Amino acid sequence: MSDAGPLMEVSALERSFTLGEEEVRALRGVSFTIERGEYVALIGPSGSGKSTMMYQLGCLDTPSRGTYRLAGYDVGQLDDDELAALRNRFIGFVFQSFNLLARTTAVDNVALPLRYAGVGMRERRERAREALDRVGLGHRWDHPPDRLSGGERQRVAIARAIVTKPALLLCDEPTGNLDQKVGQEIVRLFEELNSDLKVTVVIVTHDPAMARRARRNLKLVDGSLVHDGPPLEGH
Amino acid sequence: MLEHFISALLALSANKLRAALTMLGVVIGVLAVTLLVSVGDGARAYLNNTLSGIGSNLLSVMPGRTETRGFGPPAQGLARPLTMDDAHALARQATTIRGVSPMVQGGGAVRFRNRQRDTMVLGVGPAFSDLRNMHVDTGEFVREEDITSRRRVVVLGRRVVQELFGDESPLGQSIRIAGGRFRVIGVMEPKGRSLGFDLDDLVFIPATAAMDLFGLDHISQLVTAARSKEETSAAILEIEEVLARRRNGERSFTVQSQEDLLKTFGAITGAMTMVLLAIASISLVVGGIGIMNIMLVSVRERTREIGVRRAVGATQRDILWQFLLESVVISTIGGAVGLSLGATIIFLVHRFAPDVPVVLSPWIAAVAFGSSFVTGVVSGVVPARRAARLDPVDALRYE
Ligand SMILES: Nc1ncnc2c1ncn2[C@@H]1O[C@H](COP(=O)(O)OP(=O)(O)OP(=O)(O)O)[C@@H](O)[C@H]1O
Ligand SMILES: [Mg+2]
Repeated sequence: MSDAGPLMEVSALERSFTLGEEEVRALRGVSFTIERGEYVALIGPSGSGKSTMMYQLGCLDTPSRGTYRLAGYDVGQLDDDELAALRNRFIGFVFQSFNLLARTTAVDNVALPLRYAGVGMRERRERAREALDRVGLGHRWDHPPDRLSGGERQRVAIARAIVTKPALLLCDEPTGNLDQKVGQEIVRLFEELNSDLKVTVVIVTHDPAMARRARRNLKLVDGSLVHDGPPLEGH
Repeated sequence: MLEHFISALLALSANKLRAALTMLGVVIGVLAVTLLVSVGDGARAYLNNTLSGIGSNLLSVMPGRTETRGFGPPAQGLARPLTMDDAHALARQATTIRGVSPMVQGGGAVRFRNRQRDTMVLGVGPAFSDLRNMHVDTGEFVREEDITSRRRVVVLGRRVVQELFGDESPLGQSIRIAGGRFRVIGVMEPKGRSLGFDLDDLVFIPATAAMDLFGLDHISQLVTAARSKEETSAAILEIEEVLARRRNGERSFTVQSQEDLLKTFGAITGAMTMVLLAIASISLVVGGIGIMNIMLVSVRERTREIGVRRAVGATQRDILWQFLLESVVISTIGGAVGLSLGATIIFLVHRFAPDVPVVLSPWIAAVAFGSSFVTGVVSGVVPARRAARLDPVDALRYE
């Protein structure tokens, strides 16, 4: 890995699925580059391939054709264990439906990635508390998810995503399950993390307002990249 | 490792009722293993005890020849009967034995006044008492002079005394055995039952008198013992030599050792224990299938969780261990519960029915615990592999 090159380099990336006889081409040759510290919104109509793209960027899946380089690593060439290590080290995920472990306190949820990083129990809890403080939930550290509001749950999920100090934060419709006011707070939190921690943020969103706040928008339609640049007007 | 163990416990405590029900199969399985094997072991210990209780390093010589040392009377084909002279010869010549007694077995009605009892009549020599650990309580046992003079004297077992004399003292009284008149010279110590046989329900008379009484010119067998455990084989050889010499080298007799008998019994009870163990392990298999079933359900329910863990960096091996450990923990706890229940039941049996021979030996505990562990591993492998091999994206998209 080199600190010099761009964080992410996607070139001619294709991803297709075979559903019985039929071949579904979810991504049809997408190319773009994202530098360290960028804040990018990934937009497009439903079924256009945004989530599929997120899984590629998040090293949860590998390209059918084309290449994806993350921090210099050619993701398509890595085996399953290496992908897991890469996810653990470089990436934090935030999902629409929070995906917290039930009956597990906030702090233990946040500490989960550190466990797979081989961090000792005590240090894990310390760093998890710090991450919770960072998202403004330090006082709720011992609450299980079912005693937290939607916004608070998403903050816990964000704390979990940043606890390993990743280079990249990948968020798939992070405000989709939240009301507008809470959603805006979450967006502000992402912006803060982006500017304070210099973490690269890629957010999938349907919300035009949220897309406009990003400096750069990537728009997918039917698996192809149709726009790469500043937010489009009148979206 | 401890930490993973704690996580597994936490995951299980999330659904206590289900965990308990899942465990139930293993609990019952291990309980069955513990109890059934304890019964088998108890039977073995009981046999060992009683067989050792009748004396140590015992040897018996019977007429007839058997090729294989085993159970039951030897085939009588080549039988040339044993005689009092054989007994005398052994007593004089053999140096590795500690006494010889002839034995003549018969049965008959024993009568005193108007009371009568059918009982076993044993014609023996003086050495019999020490060899077989059966001692006189009052009076005297059969003496050498009684043998030589073919005296009609009798030593009574406790039971016979009770039945015929009640509270009256039998010493010096005259009784009838199978029609012949005998004078009572002693009463045996109570011995109780052994292997279903009442050792108090017999009478001893001099072997010579028994031959007269039953009209025999030979004895049924010779009872003797090696001087020590180490000398057993030497004693057998010496007996064979002495007796063969008296028969022009013809080996028309068999020497059977107590050890052979113990071994045979040991083999039988050992086989019985194994059969019981096999039966019990069927219930353990059923318990294992229960665990596997619930673990498969659990993997399905927690598909999203698996996706999240994979997303934050868990490898396939991490997931595999997580579920395998859960299965092992469930099963081992079940095993511990079953074992404790079994131990409690055995303790209660000891407490309230001390006669029932059940033994909880450490190896049962080890087997019970070990087998519940193995059950956990075996029934956890399939669900854990299924969990580990889930595609992370599919797991995350799972509704
Ligand atoms: N595992 C799969 N097997 C088959 N087809 C798939 C699979 N995953 C995605 N697809 C297809 O790929 C296309 C893109 O799906 P994707 O989930 O990326 O869309 P999206 O842009 O995230 O949509 P939405 O905004 O509704 O979340 C869809 O047509 C979908 O049906
Ligand atoms: Mg999507």
